[in-house]
Amino acid sequence: MADIRVVREECVGCGGCVAACPFGCIRMEDGIAIIDLDSCNFCGACVTECAFNAIILEKDRLEPAATAGARGVWVFGEQRDGVFSTVTFELLGEGRKLADALGDPLAVVAMGEGLAVDPLFAYGADTVYLADHPVLKDFRDGPYTHVFEELVRKYRPEVCLFGATSTGRSLAPRIAARLRTGLTADCTGLDILKDERLLVQTRPAFGGNIMATIHCRHTKPQMASVRPRVMKKAEPQPGRKGELVRHPVDPSAMTIRTQVVEFIKEDIETVNLEDADIIVSGGRGLADPKNFQHVADLARALGAAVGASRAAVDSGWIPYSHQVGQTGKTVSPKVYVACGISGAIQHLAGMSSSDLIVAVNKDPDAPIFKVCTYGVVGDLFQILPALTEAVKKAKAG
Amino acid sequence: MSGFNVVVCMKQVPDTTEVKIDPETKTLVREGVPSIINPFDTYAIEEGIRIRERHGGKVTILSMGPPQVKDSLKEAVAMGADDAVLISDRAFAGSDTLATSYTLAKAIEKLGSIDLIICGKQAIDGDTAQVGPGVAEHLDIPHLTYVRKLSELRAGYLRIERMVEGGYEVIETSLPCLITVVKEINEPRLPSMKGLMRARRQEIPVWTSQDLDVDPQRIGLTGSPTEVVRVFTPETRATGEILQGELEQQVAALVQRLLTAGVL
Ligand SMILES: Cc1cc2nc3c(=O)[nH]c(=O)nc-3n(C[C@H](O)[C@H](O)[C@H](O)COP(=O)(O)OP(=O)(O)OC[C@H]3O[C@@H](n4cnc5c(N)ncnc54)[C@H](O)[C@@H]3O)c2cc1C
Ligand SMILES: Nc1ncnc2c1ncn2[C@@H]1O[C@H](COP(=O)(O)O)[C@@H](O)[C@H]1O
Repeated sequence: MADIRVVREECVGCGGCVAACPFGCIRMEDGIAIIDLDSCNFCGACVTECAFNAIILEKDRLEPAATAGARGVWVFGEQRDGVFSTVTFELLGEGRKLADALGDPLAVVAMGEGLAVDPLFAYGADTVYLADHPVLKDFRDGPYTHVFEELVRKYRPEVCLFGATSTGRSLAPRIAARLRTGLTADCTGLDILKDERLLVQTRPAFGGNIMATIHCRHTKPQMASVRPRVMKKAEPQPGRKGELVRHPVDPSAMTIRTQVVEFIKEDIETVNLEDADIIVSGGRGLADPKNFQHVADLARALGAAVGASRAAVDSGWIPYSHQVGQTGKTVSPKVYVACGISGAIQHLAGMSSSDLIVAVNKDPDAPIFKVCTYGVVGDLFQILPALTEAVKKAKAG
Repeated sequence: MSGFNVVVCMKQVPDTTEVKIDPETKTLVREGVPSIINPFDTYAIEEGIRIRERHGGKVTILSMGPPQVKDSLKEAVAMGADDAVLISDRAFAGSDTLATSYTLAKAIEKLGSIDLIICGKQAIDGDTAQVGPGVAEHLDIPHLTYVRKLSELRAGYLRIERMVEGGYEVIETSLPCLITVVKEINEPRLPSMKGLMRARRQEIPVWTSQDLDVDPQRIGLTGSPTEVVRVFTPETRATGEILQGELEQQVAALVQRLLTAGVL
């Protein structure tokens, strides 16, 4: 069992640890740090912070599993109807860098029916493990976990990456639990510590208030999921070749308990927010649903998609599918225009990686101005129509 | 058929809307931040109660966390849950999603024969969405995530709608099964007067590691393969430029900069 304690003789009562604790579970009593053991998560932030070595953290950890010899960076090749999703190619771009840093090959695990795998090689894969069978046509936890596990046990990868999509976020934790290894969700940064062959995983927590760096030192593979649009695709090299390894699929060995009856497409929006280059978003500052017209007009002039804050969605002004933020979509367009949005941390969590951010808000102290590239302080009811006209003119001439 | 035996996994979380960053020290201020039921779990609790109302059976709320989680469990009872169990022990502290899902699965085994387990889509503190599928794996039952509608539920059979990119899937599965739910599924009720009275009297058993058939190597920090090695405040973007002047000048300046950036 893990334990953490303060060495009274060493503690000088500086309070550094109180500020460092992300869980707010350290307080000062009579000049000595007291750690509330009920809420301590043993993250060790206080230990790093303490300049007096007054906090001792004992981690009773498992012996490193027999994972020596694990090699290779794997990307899960997510597909629907035989078409690989964009995030698969983004993961290949990132996976290539990690594989090169480790001196490992880069592979894709492709499961489905009648898959064309050439694009995977063009985008950087050295190997494709292909499980092609009708039973794998649609994603289902049972068959997919079964095949992935077989592949891992046979070829022993060191790192496995998944897109943080409805499929990836359903499959990856199931596989991790079966393999009893660690999985870090929604990473925004990945890196390699070469000597220790460790995947350095960085992700936001507490609604984006803090960032955490996570290692998975003792078990392999080291697994991570990454949100769409966070990583960049590599330039494709048409004609690039790799090794195709066909993996035999035996449905009789699988437990199959679910059936996908149908997939129903919902054309809720003409432009897909996640794929848009420009997004114009509206918030509570619009004051009334009909004022979304101002946002829509500017969006049309810019060729942009329309987004929204949760306040606007909760007010029923625009459907949930437009919500950007922690509980909505994560976007990273070239330009994000926030109109009448205060910039709450949960909203920022979904858009702060945009290349260029424009904020229109009448309150000069609105937090959105802290993250924007260009800020316009003023009344959006005047600014948006004027801006729409100016954009039209600029585009015409 | 005497209805369905439903378990809802509920997590107590800090209300992240109330979390502030201390501008001086750039650290999280947790002082006075209220603890709430993970918002997504309120939909899970509501769905569990609706199933009981429609088909009969029983809803048990399960949560792992420090003793104060009892308050949230009572809140769920006040909404209409039949029973609540708290899993709490220092030995569970530091659990990552693997250890958490293992421990929850062990507690569910102890609860006996279960038809359906409902989790929230994700918890707002960690945002991982990993615990639900993990629990299902440890119990060796199927799981379906992002469920927005229970279309049909009968003995041994469940048909649901599941939200995916660009639409939804209709899926059939056998029971027992685990689902994770999204906010589209229902509108959670508020506790009733009667519920509040009942919650006040309700005993909430606390199960420790001694009460569960757990492998000590697989719980708490020891059983957690992921290791948080550093926690830091995200870098704030370089403060941008506030465009000056009258409306026309601001707009002209903005268009100019967008042109320069090559995005028009
Ligand atoms: C668990 C959880 C998850 C959440 N997830 C999300 C999420 O995914 N996405 C999200 O957006 N939020 C999310 N939130 C909510 C978030 O905390 C904020 O409440 C929300 O983002 C506020 O939306 P807003 O900026 O539109 O509204 P407000 O905060 O009310 O801001 C409105 C702004 O408009 C400005 N304004 C008003 N009138 C005018 C005018 N005439 N001209 C110019 N400016 C004007 C005001 O100055 C103000 O800054 C979440 C909250 C919780 C608890
Ligand atoms: N400590 C816990 N106790 C009970 N349920 C939990 C716990 N942690 C997570 N869950 C459940 O798992 C879901 C996903 O949580 P997470 O994987 O942490 O995002 C939550 O919505 C809860 O239903």
